[in-house]
Amino acid sequence: MTLHTQTIHELRAQLRRSKVSAREVTQALLDRIAALDRKLKAYIWLNRDDALAQAEAIDRTGAAKDGKPLAGVPIAIKDLINVEGQPCTCASKILQGYVAPYDAFVIRQLREAGAVLLGRTNMDEFAMGSSTENSSWGVTRNPWDLERIPGGSSGGSAAAVAADEAIAAIGTDTGGSIRQPAALCGCVGLKPTYGRVSRYGLVAFASSLDQIGPFTKDVEDCAILLGVLAGHDVKDSTSVAQAVPDYTRALGKSVKGLRVGIPKEYFIAGTDREVAAAVRGAIQKLQSLGAEIVELSLPHTEYAVAVYYLIATAEASANLARFDGVRYGLRVAGDDPIEMYRRTRGAGFGPEVKRRIILGTYALSAGYYDAYYLKAQKARTLIRRDFEKAFEKCDVIVTPTSPTAAFKAGEKMDDPLQMYLSDVFTLSVNLAGICGISIPCGFTTRPKLPIGLQIMGKPFGEEMILRVAHAYEQATEWHLQRPNL
Amino acid sequence: MSEKTSDIDISYVAYLARLGLTEAEAAQFSAQLKDILKAVEKLNELDVTNVEPTAHAVPLTNVLRKDEVQPSIASADVMRNAPQQARGLFIVPKIVEQG
Amino acid sequence: MQYEAIIGLETHVQVKTASKMFCGCATDFGAPPNTQVCPVCLGYPGSLPVMNEEAVRKTILAGLMLGCDIARLCKWDRKNYFYPDMPKNYQISQYDMPLCRGGGVDIKLKDSREVRIGLTRIHLEEDVAKNSHFETTSGVDFNRAGLPLMEVVSEPEIKSPDEAFAYLTALKEILVSGGVSDCDMEKGQLRCDCNVSVRPVGQKEFGAKIEIKNMNTISGVRRALAYEIPRQIVALEKGEKISQETRRWDDAPGVTSVMRTKEYAHDYRYFPEPDLMPVVVSDAMLAQIRELLPELPEAKRQRFMQQYGLPEYDAGVLVTDAALAAYYEQAVRWSKNPKSISNWVTTELLGKLAEAKLTIAECPIAPPQLAELVTLIDGGQISGKIGKDVFAEMFTTGKSPSAIVKDKSLAQVSDTAAIEAFVDEAIAKNPKSVMDFKAGNQAAINFLKGQVMKLSKGKVNPQMAGEILLRKLRGS
Repeated sequence: MTLHTQTIHELRAQLRRSKVSAREVTQALLDRIAALDRKLKAYIWLNRDDALAQAEAIDRTGAAKDGKPLAGVPIAIKDLINVEGQPCTCASKILQGYVAPYDAFVIRQLREAGAVLLGRTNMDEFAMGSSTENSSWGVTRNPWDLERIPGGSSGGSAAAVAADEAIAAIGTDTGGSIRQPAALCGCVGLKPTYGRVSRYGLVAFASSLDQIGPFTKDVEDCAILLGVLAGHDVKDSTSVAQAVPDYTRALGKSVKGLRVGIPKEYFIAGTDREVAAAVRGAIQKLQSLGAEIVELSLPHTEYAVAVYYLIATAEASANLARFDGVRYGLRVAGDDPIEMYRRTRGAGFGPEVKRRIILGTYALSAGYYDAYYLKAQKARTLIRRDFEKAFEKCDVIVTPTSPTAAFKAGEKMDDPLQMYLSDVFTLSVNLAGICGISIPCGFTTRPKLPIGLQIMGKPFGEEMILRVAHAYEQATEWHLQRPNL
Repeated sequence: MSEKTSDIDISYVAYLARLGLTEAEAAQFSAQLKDILKAVEKLNELDVTNVEPTAHAVPLTNVLRKDEVQPSIASADVMRNAPQQARGLFIVPKIVEQG
Repeated sequence: MQYEAIIGLETHVQVKTASKMFCGCATDFGAPPNTQVCPVCLGYPGSLPVMNEEAVRKTILAGLMLGCDIARLCKWDRKNYFYPDMPKNYQISQYDMPLCRGGGVDIKLKDSREVRIGLTRIHLEEDVAKNSHFETTSGVDFNRAGLPLMEVVSEPEIKSPDEAFAYLTALKEILVSGGVSDCDMEKGQLRCDCNVSVRPVGQKEFGAKIEIKNMNTISGVRRALAYEIPRQIVALEKGEKISQETRRWDDAPGVTSVMRTKEYAHDYRYFPEPDLMPVVVSDAMLAQIRELLPELPEAKRQRFMQQYGLPEYDAGVLVTDAALAAYYEQAVRWSKNPKSISNWVTTELLGKLAEAKLTIAECPIAPPQLAELVTLIDGGQISGKIGKDVFAEMFTTGKSPSAIVKDKSLAQVSDTAAIEAFVDEAIAKNPKSVMDFKAGNQAAINFLKGQVMKLSKGKVNPQMAGEILLRKLRGS
């Protein structure tokens, strides 16, 4: 039996019956990482000794038998989430040397659930990017084709799960950073409704858009992990005090009679032919399972990229101001504080982060605020209303996750605008604050690369999108395919 | 906003953001940002009169906490991350008062 | 040419709370540097602010006391600027939707005229850290970072350094009386920026605005303005042009000097704080806060004069401190002589407290005990003179006055026979004075009365002693 290929629900059964120990599972994952990660580079920091110690503690206390939902399950964490005593670099030189003095809310939840924290995964610096190429610590490779990128910004988490280097992983999604890499790596990734999961301890990129969510090998695991991450947190004022359902109870239900919305703006030229075909096929599959297909329109979709890049960069320009060399992280000396700031930030941030700070600062600066930032916030309202109206006619909305499958490393690095356009189908979900999931729905032929299906749901409609995702997954076998590594 | 997009004052914006840029970076960003701003001009097509701006993705109000003291974090944890420190203070280059 | 000054004040007042504005760190003054800090107030990556309810309520209370319109919907914004004392390099403040607008502070001018200095707004923001400076470096202590800070912005309606002084004094009195802030200037709890310009009398346009930054005493504000206004007038008279700038006040030499000129004007890039939700002030919340409204010092002064028949001076002394006024009113509840209680409180009690360096809250004499002392004197059980000794004893021991009078046998002698015996003794011992009185020297009786008091060790009722003495001298 290979332990690293197991899902959470498979492992859980064996750990509960003591067929395998948590230590064995963790060791199996560490071995897999040792064998593979030199070429994949999914991890940027490994918690080797401590992970084994955590696993041993699980075995000792019998946490698995106590029914803790993730007892002994090794999980990888995106390098953007604070874990006490561990580095948290956000893949940036500017946080070199920083040791987190506290646990993020989701880390406390994971520890409470008995998860083993394996290590920290690679990402685009401060989550700014769609390919994980904007990391200060090297480029992560797509497990299906090492010439290609895994998507981003949570590319390390997606690659780790797809390559069986973690049973599951945690990522963050500001404009598609969970769903897009999940699609490109062929795993399941869910962005929860804004306010569903506490952001406390997540290093902010764009505060009004960021959410933490799970990467898993199948939909059942996604439901299990989401149940652990979700919950109200008094330390996050944007966290919503709504009870967390048992998401696994949404699984196994039929989609018969459910209305599946198909927005015409997401089925346009520019989408790769094979991607479009796979998504069409998935829609037919849902129809064959009894779902009703509803054609609809989200008329402001074409403005989403502009709105997103103004709002996200404006918020980021303030969020990243704290990296100044005074209290933590990198410092490059200067004769006065201003000089020190400019040098520290000049040396510490990579090009994409600098570009976005400049754009965001500009959008907020005197004379431009109304034309850029305020206008974007108003357009955001229009996008939100599009979804409110659409969800009067349907239960979920189905689209491609990304217009293309994984592209080659370096292909879009010199053209930030083209890179931004690869998030065109995912951004609106963050702008509207709703939930979305990406699940495998096919492959391109030459080369063989995964294609993702995005299912969007109403605010706090996670049970509904999991139900539809699960029904589709159980009727197909895409999720069972593994890259040849 | 169209007439303004061509003349983004990159050195002023970089100064506001306290971001040291090399000349090459400044030149490259200027060109790229011009393209991005051009794409953003698409918003001009929209009529947003009487549309309320969205600042938050969830409609919560009055998220308040009780005035209760919680433990602070240990001094050692605070100072472990300090690039430069002395006598419990974070040390920076001398501040020339600017207000 | 005649010139006039136009002054507007921005006063930063630390709102009195146990914990900071956005985290649970304590607000205690004087803790070792960087010991009252956490990821939130240090601006650590990933930390988030959560609003302290008490800071909001107290700012609304201040607004109600100052007659402001309270916003029914307010929000917080990020004010972006880099400075080593700013943990996040943005300050969470309120830009276009502050908690309070309008209102005013009533001040009394030297010629007894009363004027109201209007307020523009009051908003709630977070304080920054404290810098200290060394030879080539500066040190930052974040204990103060994140304390709740109210910014009270006045209209440009103040016309002189004395008016500025009166405005700040009255503002402080009001905020202290409501428990909104201690306004302890030594602890930096009240700091002030002044905007001041001068113009020829009759000119409509304002002169160029000079900002004087960060003064931390009320008298310092008066001195700075008393320096700055003539400086500007002299410059104008010399034909110089005054341009907008920020100056700093140096207290020791007593001068202002340039800090920065307009070209460094900030571009704060305000935008709505995404990490904090707006606050809706409901009718219920407002009603609840209204119940906490203390009587304003001026209203209380008027009431004390009417209700207790006190002279303006007494009433004025009693209301300066809300706790002292409360002490007085408690004592009066047990007494029929409010004026006498006022005399004891404003002279003896305040004197003793000052001597012992105690606050009214630490006063060893309970209000009912003070009332009892006054009753003993008014009822003739002890003399006023003995009363002072009893008071001193009460202050040191905390015992009740009746117990002290009993223990020390200090009760006044009002028994006619006993007084007659002292009178007889005094007459017998002082024949010369008796002769003087009989010869028509009326003053001699005072000496004899003094002797009676002396013989009785001050315990006889002086009025009765006088009457008996007179009767005996006339009769014999």
